[in-house]
Amino acid sequence: MATTSIVVTETPLLTVLLRRADDALVLAHRLSEWTGHAPSLEEELALANLALDLIGQARGLYQYAGELSGFDEDQLAYLRDAGGFRNCLLVEQPNGDFARTIVRHVLFTAFSDAFWRAATASRDARLAAIAGKAEKETAYQLRYAGAWLVRLGDGTDESHRRAQEAVDWLWPYVGELFEVDDAEQAMIAAGVVPDAAALRDGWRRTVEGLLARATLRLPEDGAMQSGGRRGVHSEHLGHLLAEMQVLPRTYPGAQW
Amino acid sequence: MTEAATPLWEVFIRARNGLAHRHVGSVHAADAAMALSAARDVYTRRGEGLSIWVVPSAAITASDPADKDMLFEPTGSKIYRHPTFYEVPDEVGHM
Repeated sequence: MATTSIVVTETPLLTVLLRRADDALVLAHRLSEWTGHAPSLEEELALANLALDLIGQARGLYQYAGELSGFDEDQLAYLRDAGGFRNCLLVEQPNGDFARTIVRHVLFTAFSDAFWRAATASRDARLAAIAGKAEKETAYQLRYAGAWLVRLGDGTDESHRRAQEAVDWLWPYVGELFEVDDAEQAMIAAGVVPDAAALRDGWRRTVEGLLARATLRLPEDGAMQSGGRRGVHSEHLGHLLAEMQVLPRTYPGAQW
Repeated sequence: MTEAATPLWEVFIRARNGLAHRHVGSVHAADAAMALSAARDVYTRRGEGLSIWVVPSAAITASDPADKDMLFEPTGSKIYRHPTFYEVPDEVGHM
């Protein structure tokens, strides 16, 4: 019996919750793809730990979104099609080599860490509690990925070249992190979420500092990719979801 | 990654205040900061620790297993070093 896809009727609050939840889930899935392929046992566990932190964050957000939407956390994760996902394009980009995975993590986490720290002051008590847990995790994640970025950039000729290629390749996806549309603006005005656009300068200082220590060049801000927050994704998300969703869609209610 | 780029570090974890750090294993890492991070990720996944030490394995001077008899055998006949020859008065309670 095939499982029918669901479509969530979004309110501004549901939209902003799904954006954070989908960021966390999609990035967690990407990180989990390293399991069995990481360059060393230590990094294998480190990347899996990052993924598990993010899945924990996603679950908290989906449970909250579930109470508002009438769907449970599994339905939200496994039964929406790509067009229903609200994650930014950055997190769905393929892992590439270790350098690209680390750079993607630095660029995203420099944002999410600042976002969750600011969100601890949310007027929405539920979101503030999720933020309080998440910001400790993202603080460690930023330290971990930043430490690797510095060592890759300021390492060998090859690690420097790969790290710079990763920065250049991923840069067009950073603009979307700071987009504020009507749904986001309504929730900012209500004191529910921090203003992402206002986090941009702090994010830039964090990233500039790490790139400088890594002896890497900050790219020029050119044309930025956009669309993920509205469900317009790169072709990569469909493949990711096919793998992530195949089991619960094929065997609904399957248990370990 | 090569042994030269990521040498071995011994990991010690203190589980609670008041306890000593205990050796739990080792990790490969490029430097001390990365070794701490790797130790955290490999050995504290289930809430095992409050504090981590990492020490370059190369900094440890170990006794030679071939010296076992010379170093440790002589203590075997000196059972009077164990504090089992004293009568502990009941009033002392648990020692």
